[in-house]
Amino acid sequence: MSLQGVAAVRMLPAAPRNLWAAAWWRYARNRVRVLAAGTALVIVAASVAAPLVAPTRYDVAEIAESLQQPSPRHWLGTDAIGRDVLSRLLYGGRTSLEVALAVVALAVLVGVPLGVAAGFAGGWVDYAVVRLVEISTALPALLLAMLLISVLGSGIGNAILALAVVAWIEPCRLMRAQTLALRNREFVEAAWALGAGTGHLVWRHILPNTVGPLIVVITLTIPRMIFAEASLSFLGLGINDPLPSWGKMVSESVSYMQVYPVLGIAPTVMIALMVLTLTLVGDGLRDALDPSRGQPTGGLR
Amino acid sequence: MTARYLFGRISGLVVAVVTVSILAFLLMHAVPGGPFDETRSPLPPAAKANILRKYGLDQPIWVQYARYVWHALHGDFGTPYQSPTETVLALLARVWPVTLLLGAIVVGISFTLGLGLGVLSALRQNTWLDNLLTSVATLGMTVPNFVIAIWLIYILSIRARWLPTGGWGEARLLIMPVVAYSLQPLAIVARYTRVAVLEAMAGDYVRTALAKGLSPAQVVVRHVLRNALIPIVTLLGPMIPDLFTGSIFIEFTFRIPGLGKFFVTSIFQRDYPMIMATVLLVAVLWSLTYLASDVLYVLIDPRVRLGARGR
Repeated sequence: MSLQGVAAVRMLPAAPRNLWAAAWWRYARNRVRVLAAGTALVIVAASVAAPLVAPTRYDVAEIAESLQQPSPRHWLGTDAIGRDVLSRLLYGGRTSLEVALAVVALAVLVGVPLGVAAGFAGGWVDYAVVRLVEISTALPALLLAMLLISVLGSGIGNAILALAVVAWIEPCRLMRAQTLALRNREFVEAAWALGAGTGHLVWRHILPNTVGPLIVVITLTIPRMIFAEASLSFLGLGINDPLPSWGKMVSESVSYMQVYPVLGIAPTVMIALMVLTLTLVGDGLRDALDPSRGQPTGGLR
Repeated sequence: MTARYLFGRISGLVVAVVTVSILAFLLMHAVPGGPFDETRSPLPPAAKANILRKYGLDQPIWVQYARYVWHALHGDFGTPYQSPTETVLALLARVWPVTLLLGAIVVGISFTLGLGLGVLSALRQNTWLDNLLTSVATLGMTVPNFVIAIWLIYILSIRARWLPTGGWGEARLLIMPVVAYSLQPLAIVARYTRVAVLEAMAGDYVRTALAKGLSPAQVVVRHVLRNALIPIVTLLGPMIPDLFTGSIFIEFTFRIPGLGKFFVTSIFQRDYPMIMATVLLVAVLWSLTYLASDVLYVLIDPRVRLGARGR
């Protein structure tokens, strides 16, 4: 590139040698992403600590105090049956996180072994996994989740299950591609020639080299699942009463939008903030862990 | 080679659609409860048996499926439980055009505006304009469209009182749904375009063209855009069936009587024929577009080998 660019690179402090330190160094260079990570951390901490910091429990309803404007007693007012909106927001964040983390855990547990098996074994295993992916992607993700919930019924467990059915595909595809790429690399062939078994090859040579991209996929799946859970709950197909969730709070607020807009605005702001900051963190991690590729993030697929 | 590749892809597609239809059919029949649930609408046993016989629900499941496929192949997708006076096809013919109109407007806006903004962003790389557009694109891409819709309703309907909160049938009622719905595809198109243009601009032929004395505008139109369009077309093609079928949240929020809104109603009412028909419609459209975009990719980019690219 230009000479100025070269000079600018030279003036920066030298990047640390260690992989993780170098990743952190690259991440911390982008102030927006550091801010996003901070914001996400605050929301996550507040949601996790909801039982400690929330003014009341999420299901304490005082009918006499329904639909109140924000006041010192209820910082964000109360909903249609007199429940404290701030408390429900905090507990709602907890629900969103619980669902997202459970879905991601299931997705990794199913997707990673399938992807590695398909990439490593090839043959009919690969054929079966690829067909399975093809069938699972024959419908848009949210439509498939809705279809499953129409059968299973709503509720937190079923929402997790329905979302996991679409969420395993991404880690599976990634691991298959990574394994295929790594399988024929010299160091793997060398280990194989030295007599290493399949287990050893996968554990010691393939998996450690896929940690970076896998972390990125996991980090980017979390906001997508928060998005998906909010969407399902918004339609009334997600979390059941009395458990709060941001998407559900939005849908409950719609009939009161005219007289009581804060009821709808507060949860939408939380959804937007959470999804946006976590996506920025994920994008940041991708650039930090793998500076050679920088692709835009796709939508919910 | 080409014929074999196409045959493989099409048969894979048929297998996927058939499997989806079988799975959907099994799923919907495997669970207790249904449109004639005893707890919701108690019926005398004889009347219930009659109804079950009328809808063929007393037959074994595989007979029901085979019957369904046979009828579906003849254009008969059954009677929607939620509207027993018409056929599923008639209901689809009534509600799908609404979604198609909305989708067509959104596709038009997001592809033209997205391409333009993406090119602009790339040409002004790392300026304030690029940063602004990239930030707005990130927001549009990550935030669910129903959140944007609620904000629009709050600002335009409740605060400013310019527009009604929802409905269908007037041109001005389209404003909020179209804006809320376009933002995400627009952002995706703009971001892909930006990256594609930047990549194309790094090509040797661009430097050659500039060195030859062509103006930057000529280089962009003749060389950069042509090459940038390849990834754009193939990456974004699959978005289109999504837009023609997937406005579920927008239709739900703005009370638009389209396919998405009826799909939600169907799910709540366990309207099997309607759910099956919608699922099949989307699965077919979705798979066909994937195939088309893969084939298109090969056609416009001779460097790509057939079969080398997965889905």
